[in-house]
Amino acid sequence: MAAIFPIQPPAASTIAGGVDQLYYFLTGITLFFTVLIFSIIFYFMIKYRRRSPDEIPPETHAPLALELAWTLIPSAICVVIFFWASYLYVRNSRPPASSTEIFVIGKQWMWHIQHPEGPREINELHVPVNQPIQVTMTSQDVIHGFYIPAFRIKKDVLPGRYTSIWFEADKVGTYHLYCTEYCGTNHSHMIGWVYVMSQSDYAAWLAGGEQNESMSKAGEHLFSVLGCSGCHVAGGDGPPLAGMYGQSQKFADGSTHVVDDTLIRQAIIQPDSVQLPNYKNVMPTFKGQLDEEQMLQLIAYVKSLGPEERKNGQ
Amino acid sequence: MSTATLDLPPAVPAESRVTYLNATYGIKSWLLTKDHKRIGLLYLATITIMFMFGGLAAFFMRLHLIEPQGALVEPETYNKLFTIHGIIMVFFFLVPSIPATLGNFCIPLMIGARDVAFPKLNLLSWYVFVTGCLLALVAIFSGGVDTGWTFYTPYSSTYSHTAVTWMAMGIFIAGFSSILTGLNFVVTIHKMRAPGMTWFRLPLFIWAMYATSIIFILGTPVIAITLFLLALERTLHVGIFDPALGGDPLLFQHMFWFYSHPAVYIMILPGMGVVSELITAFSRKKIFGYSFVAFSSIAIAVISFIVWGHHMFVTGQSIYAGLIFSVLSFLVAIPSAVKVFNWTATLYKGSISYDAPMLYALGFIGLFTMGGLTGLFLASLATDVHLNGTYFVVAHFHYIMVGGAVMAYLGGIHFWWPKITGRMYPDLWARIAAALIFLGFNLTFFPQFVMGYMGMPRRYAVYPAEFQVLNVLSSAGASILAVGYAIPLIYLFWSMRYGPIAPQNPWGAKGLEWEAAPTPPPTENFDVMPVVTEDAYNYQPLKGAHHSV
Repeated sequence: MAAIFPIQPPAASTIAGGVDQLYYFLTGITLFFTVLIFSIIFYFMIKYRRRSPDEIPPETHAPLALELAWTLIPSAICVVIFFWASYLYVRNSRPPASSTEIFVIGKQWMWHIQHPEGPREINELHVPVNQPIQVTMTSQDVIHGFYIPAFRIKKDVLPGRYTSIWFEADKVGTYHLYCTEYCGTNHSHMIGWVYVMSQSDYAAWLAGGEQNESMSKAGEHLFSVLGCSGCHVAGGDGPPLAGMYGQSQKFADGSTHVVDDTLIRQAIIQPDSVQLPNYKNVMPTFKGQLDEEQMLQLIAYVKSLGPEERKNGQ
Repeated sequence: MSTATLDLPPAVPAESRVTYLNATYGIKSWLLTKDHKRIGLLYLATITIMFMFGGLAAFFMRLHLIEPQGALVEPETYNKLFTIHGIIMVFFFLVPSIPATLGNFCIPLMIGARDVAFPKLNLLSWYVFVTGCLLALVAIFSGGVDTGWTFYTPYSSTYSHTAVTWMAMGIFIAGFSSILTGLNFVVTIHKMRAPGMTWFRLPLFIWAMYATSIIFILGTPVIAITLFLLALERTLHVGIFDPALGGDPLLFQHMFWFYSHPAVYIMILPGMGVVSELITAFSRKKIFGYSFVAFSSIAIAVISFIVWGHHMFVTGQSIYAGLIFSVLSFLVAIPSAVKVFNWTATLYKGSISYDAPMLYALGFIGLFTMGGLTGLFLASLATDVHLNGTYFVVAHFHYIMVGGAVMAYLGGIHFWWPKITGRMYPDLWARIAAALIFLGFNLTFFPQFVMGYMGMPRRYAVYPAEFQVLNVLSSAGASILAVGYAIPLIYLFWSMRYGPIAPQNPWGAKGLEWEAAPTPPPTENFDVMPVVTEDAYNYQPLKGAHHSV
């Protein structure tokens, strides 16, 4: 029965249990009030049915206490739900420090996935179990939505900026990956599979697949091919980038921002918008010359220069 | 409600009196009418045609989804079907449904006025609306639109190769009809109430229409300008929303939902107003907690403008924005809950009849309760992350918009049908249709809650096989729903010619439109202008004077 008429999706991440508990609590509240209202309506319908065409019922009065009760009790329930849901959400929003990274590029109509160690995949995502993984995502064209129901996670994938999400799979298995933001003709074909593997299987998979150079290595290569390395050196026309990632930086217009993925992307596409003090505005734009994958590789390279180094990024 | 109504005239067949229907004849007398009642009927005809287009699209969608790989059409066509369904139903049916038909017809009658404040403007609104409809139909028949009714950029602005600009212009123009109607209603309700019709003697339908009109006036310009900017980006490549042109795709969503969330309340508030009328009339009771029900409409209208961000919890919006929009979304749930409790309590010790409009009203309360409560899942941040973009959302808003708004619309149409046409419809058929709609609706949309929690995304032309059973159930329900909608269409048409002549007040209901105006009313609405001396829904003191005819 459960096979042809399933009512619960598989739960395979560390946050799924918490989300499900809240879901069941909400389902309970919904059932309780729905049954309550339906029962009262049916009871009144029968008990107070019109018995003669001329019947005029007695007047009743609305006591203020009753009005206050059914204003305040639902309010109190809502406060409880709000805090519960928000607590889970805030907790689920922050990736653990031990997270490794995976990069996702959405394009009409496929998921392009890039592991920092080098392997690339299309519409398949291999991940190790019991390892928190942060997914950094962008889109090459329209808005997509990255959704793994078994993990209870979802985030839109936007062109021109990076969004991120994290999960820790806790059950080996194969799970659906969907696009949930309508993206055109073959939106419903923009689906794939997530393979959660044991740590050893995953290591074997990494070693056995195509052997690409790591993302930061590829980025380093691009960095020199594109001529970036000519200026971004000590004493050059551009600032040296070592140690910059993840740090607060003061800009020529007086603003201060943390150097993150989105900011590096902006610096490559629109260099004059993130001008540093003491440097001249001489960098040309690379807009239209790099695809999203190369962009991510350059970012991975800058990131690998520290200081906020990640385990896999090198 | 007024002293002038204590002795009701006997039921006079419409044919022997001058009424708004037979005062003048000919197509021109309708197309150039300034009578709010005739304009209401012009709207009724227009939105019924639009409803059939939207319904047909839904019918083909549900047929297609019987099989996981898609039974009927290519994905491209399926995308156009759900887009057309959404756009037609939201902008060209639900938004104008109750306000433009029942609102136009009833507001002057219910407040004791001879017409709305600006009758010519009222006729103009209809022409503007028809122009919008025609543009939308041009867009549909010149290849359709495949963006979804939400028009998210940059897909709609840069990538879609369909008639997006035409459709956007159609909605843009139809929006002005909403604005003009809202303006007309606000002025009418402020300035044209009969002597003695104080604000707190107004029927609750009027409060609901007032709240709706405020949203019309404040919200509609935002969607108009949003779609205008979209058309500008499509045609002239001005960078507003597409990042490739230097725009911001999320800006579109903020602007779109700033209107489109309040628009949900444009669709449901009038329904709440209708249900307040029906529940009181068919239980012969004063509404329980009049001022709570009245002010909850205003509270909903105000709060509805500051909850739009709950559509964007998973777009990468900041955590803090998410928290604020979440708490505000819970806040808007409270006045809705208050209304449900008050309607239910109104039944207490009432004299409850099971006439068809009452069945719709009771169905509304049940389905709206479910729609509202499932909204809590989506206002809650942690569960919304999982459910956003899935069929759970589809089910939730159909419980509100179809289970709520359409049920109330049909209930209101049945309730005021004798007043509008001077004829009764066949009661048994009406009850059968109401029951079929209730059953068909639940069978269609309840399985979609389960599908959504299981993870099935919306707007999928093909889907994994494990969702087939639920989809077939849903499609089966849709076929029952289709029959349920077809039946009233047939017998209401039939009744216009063959239905029994309606007495002035067939339900024994309170309200100027029943007690003071003949059925159907003359063009000027009242033979003697009414004076109001009592609160709304005061069934008590009229005991004995209440002729059930």
